[in-house]
Amino acid sequence: MLLPINWLKSYLDIDITPKDLADGLTYSGSHVESITSMERGIKNIVIGKVVEIDKHPDADKLFITKIDIGEEPLTIVTGAKNLKKGDFVPVAKIGSRLANGVEIGATEFRGVQSEGMLCSLGELGFLDNVIAKEFRDGIFVFDRDYPLGDDVKEYLQMTDDVIEFEITPNRPDCLSIYGMARETAATFNRDLRDIKPKLKNEQDDIHNFTNGIELQTPYCARYYSRVIKDVVIAPSPLWLQTTLMNAGVRPINNIVDITNYVMLELGQPLHAFDLDNLSGKKIIVRQANNKETLTTLDKTQRILDENDIVIADATDSIGLAGIMGGLDSEITPSTKTVLLEGANFSEKHIRLTSKKLLLRTEASTRFEKGLDPNLCEQAVERVAELVEQTCSGVVVNGVIDIKQYENKNKIIGLRPQRVEMLLGVEIPVSDMHTYLNRLGFMTSTVDNNIKVIVPSFRNDVEVEADLIEEIGRLYGFHNIVSKPLVGVLTRGEKSYKKQIESRVKNIIQGLGFNEVMTYSFVSPKSYDRLNLNENASERTFIKLMNPLGEDFSTMRTTLVSNMLDLIERNQKRGVIAANFYEIGHVFIPKSLPVIELPDEKNILSIGFYGDNDFYFMKESIEIILDRLGIKDINFIRESNNPTYHPGRTAIVLSGDIKLGILGETHPDVLINYDIKQRVYIADIDFDKIVELSDLDIKYNPLPKFPSMTRDIAIVVDEDVMIGELENIIKFHGKDLIESIDLFDIYRGDQVPENKKSVAFSIVYRSFEETLRDEKINPIQEAIISDLEKKFNAVLRS
Amino acid sequence: MKEKLQQIRQIALKEINDNLNLKSLEELRVRFLGKKGEVTNILKDMRGLSSDMRPIIGQMANEVRVEIENKINEAKDSLNKELRREKLESEKIDISVKTKNLKRGHRHPLLKTAEELEDLFVSMGFSVVTGPEIETVENNFDALNSPENHPSRDLSDTFYINDELLLRTQTSPVQIRAMKEFGAPLRVVTAGRTFRFDDVDDTHSPMFHQLEGLVVDENISMANLIHTLDIFIKELFGDDIKTRYRPHHFPFTEPSAEVDVTCMKCRGEGCPVCNFTGWSMELLGCGMVHPKVLENCGIDSEKYTGFAFGLGIDRITMVKYGISDIRLLFENDNRFLEQF
Repeated sequence: MLLPINWLKSYLDIDITPKDLADGLTYSGSHVESITSMERGIKNIVIGKVVEIDKHPDADKLFITKIDIGEEPLTIVTGAKNLKKGDFVPVAKIGSRLANGVEIGATEFRGVQSEGMLCSLGELGFLDNVIAKEFRDGIFVFDRDYPLGDDVKEYLQMTDDVIEFEITPNRPDCLSIYGMARETAATFNRDLRDIKPKLKNEQDDIHNFTNGIELQTPYCARYYSRVIKDVVIAPSPLWLQTTLMNAGVRPINNIVDITNYVMLELGQPLHAFDLDNLSGKKIIVRQANNKETLTTLDKTQRILDENDIVIADATDSIGLAGIMGGLDSEITPSTKTVLLEGANFSEKHIRLTSKKLLLRTEASTRFEKGLDPNLCEQAVERVAELVEQTCSGVVVNGVIDIKQYENKNKIIGLRPQRVEMLLGVEIPVSDMHTYLNRLGFMTSTVDNNIKVIVPSFRNDVEVEADLIEEIGRLYGFHNIVSKPLVGVLTRGEKSYKKQIESRVKNIIQGLGFNEVMTYSFVSPKSYDRLNLNENASERTFIKLMNPLGEDFSTMRTTLVSNMLDLIERNQKRGVIAANFYEIGHVFIPKSLPVIELPDEKNILSIGFYGDNDFYFMKESIEIILDRLGIKDINFIRESNNPTYHPGRTAIVLSGDIKLGILGETHPDVLINYDIKQRVYIADIDFDKIVELSDLDIKYNPLPKFPSMTRDIAIVVDEDVMIGELENIIKFHGKDLIESIDLFDIYRGDQVPENKKSVAFSIVYRSFEETLRDEKINPIQEAIISDLEKKFNAVLRS
Repeated sequence: MKEKLQQIRQIALKEINDNLNLKSLEELRVRFLGKKGEVTNILKDMRGLSSDMRPIIGQMANEVRVEIENKINEAKDSLNKELRREKLESEKIDISVKTKNLKRGHRHPLLKTAEELEDLFVSMGFSVVTGPEIETVENNFDALNSPENHPSRDLSDTFYINDELLLRTQTSPVQIRAMKEFGAPLRVVTAGRTFRFDDVDDTHSPMFHQLEGLVVDENISMANLIHTLDIFIKELFGDDIKTRYRPHHFPFTEPSAEVDVTCMKCRGEGCPVCNFTGWSMELLGCGMVHPKVLENCGIDSEKYTGFAFGLGIDRITMVKYGISDIRLLFENDNRFLEQF
């Protein structure tokens, strides 16, 4: 919302700097985005009159002009084709400066010295979107004569400053200059002047021009109409054009400009129809027929349905209600009679139609937020008044006003002690009245409370708290003195899960892994890339109705694809080794199609490539689980998961509870991701870990008796797993085993092919006695004999 | 015998002086002081002396023995010292060599910031709560008093699973869950992922992060809100940071405000980053919980009032670390991650 300060000042007396104005309005709730000076850096550009204009003798496309600027006439060469003798134009004298910063000097054009330059609006700094069509490619020509030699700034309202506001969607009343004037008056405690249009010369009778207006839909609360006859379509007067331009709107012609001006002034969108083009001289407001077509002003054919509201004449639709007029009923240079529409349409329907057609206009953005139906009348009357004042036509006697709403003001009770309770400051009750009155609320005292009548333009105010906000914002939130929270002192807490999460992150960070953060949604192709089986549970996923694209279209059921994606990216970018982890959600639907909230499970995902191998992954997971007090960890081989290497993958369990899977990524999967190095990943059920964690540490007494160490070296088949051998040692040694240390695996000389030599160092210790050979020897013998029996082990000496 | 002792003494002292290693010193000790050593032999031979000479010679022999012993020990010590010195000398290493045997992991800057923010509120008596990323329309919009036709509900703003389920667009539904579960009084904070229909560019991401806090109790006012947030902001950015509370609009709070803080770049002087306003805009949104929202959660809005606030963790992280492109937070480039 652009607010030209000159325009604002026509409704109230206020003389402060734009900065102070902006600050004050910011503190009362209108958020200022920028303040722009319309001067745009131009200097010394004056009004001049074209007194002579001749073709340049040596250049086809140039003209030589004599320009009167009140002093000695200047000779200026120009390429513009839109000038004629007697035109008043902006003249950049030698030593002047244009908006783009260029300083003007004397220049020679094919032997003719030019003493300056004639300016277009663009050269004066106006943006293309506000420059009227007729001046887009040429020099700006003033609408009449002005004092020669005067600076152009004053006449083009370039001395103005414009404040841009961000208006929140609950305040459509502030999408107008008058609405902002009301805020300004309330903020700075000034008197606001009313807008009460008066007509001086109404003629004839509206019923001689139109056969009436018919509302065939409930979604039009009001239709207020007037007719203008003897219209003379022409450019608007300069003040109107420059006012619109400063407000960001391009001047078109007097009738359109006036309706735009009043829309900006009051916030009520308006429309002007060429009445002579209306079949049956009739307006019908109705819902569109299914597949009805309408070509709008932007020359686009729209296909409509019954949720769209149209304005129609006796035969056809002629406009998309509240959004955009139709091409066929547009005001043209030959328009003689105009029907003015000031209507109020259902916000919901306007919003839906505007969304559906991807068509947002100044009108639709206002209607979709909900407007006061009372504005229709004031706005149309104001247009009529400006039509008279600018001599653009003759206002016809009488109005057609059809209402389908009840004009009832909301009444809300306000308890002064509640104001104090919510804001935390004492505000005198009389001030509460004053603040509300300044904003247009009517107040009275009933039983020590304030009875508040809400003005019709404040549809957003519904409950007492809304009124307290109104009081608070005029009092100023920045004037509220802060107070500490009182009441029962509470201890801040983190859930057990959060605590475990922090702990895991600390452990894993200590192991050298970097934390990553990936999207919760993934491409459905991820599951193919992971080579998952057709019936894999991960393929049961939730789809988004309106994704940003296929890559973001399904809620992930695994973090593995995210991990491989980012490893691929890092590898492509030349990172040669990296260790990553993430704790994140996966989304497991309870049924498909989804009818209730899915299970959101937490997963710990680990991935690395480069420096480390399977055992690093395994040990990392052992350390994490150990530090969480998770007991009885074991790993069993997993050879059938298509995402993982069949010979380098394990399931990790605590007892018989599965915690997850870890291993090398299957080379086929790596091809799908275009990853060149070996990658190790782990996919751990974090919720299980939280459930099994036990941070309660109980101290074990230090041993009192010495330990005894025995070594065993055996030769076994290559595919015997070390873990199985250790299990046998543990089985026989029971509680006496303090540790088993695998200190050598050897293949080669003296070891037959497909065999390996394995050496363990076993530490025995008892908490009751000093161990003697007599106690340990039978155990050792039992271990060896079992190893020989079960694994064909051959003892090495 | 006196002469012999003197002779032994002189020879011994000379030899000790000339001997340069530990082994030969030990040999000298044996030669002079051992069981069959020269001084020992003298003492043995004293039996043949007169009783008046015996103490004199005995004393003299003892003096010689002690002197030789001390000299040998001194020489040994000095040799040992020299050997240690040589060892130290030989053990010199090049301390400028860089090794990379130890790896330190790094927390993701955003998640680290989120945890720090939560911890800050925990220290202020707030409890941390969490909620799901997929939410109901009811919790995400309806219960939060969002108007039925509010643009934020559109398909062009919100990701939907179906007509009733969506990806939460804010962490506020966690407030609803907390109020429904725990009732009043309540002091909670929540941080997490949120989603909006935004294409990726340097300041937008379809997934981003919010932190949100809620206090519900008797007599909670805007003045309490300001006090709490001022403490938080000063803890976060430093004591010299000023705050500015501007009235704003959110459907779930009334009154509502946005909080600006002193521009981090220029500390309030005015610079291009803050458009010369001196303020870093819209850092937080906050307000007094709308009575309808309290009622929707079964809390008596006459008895209890409350305040709520929310902020974008992505933005705070970017401000804090000077990160200009939000995409860096989601790309997980190892070279980026290792900076934190």
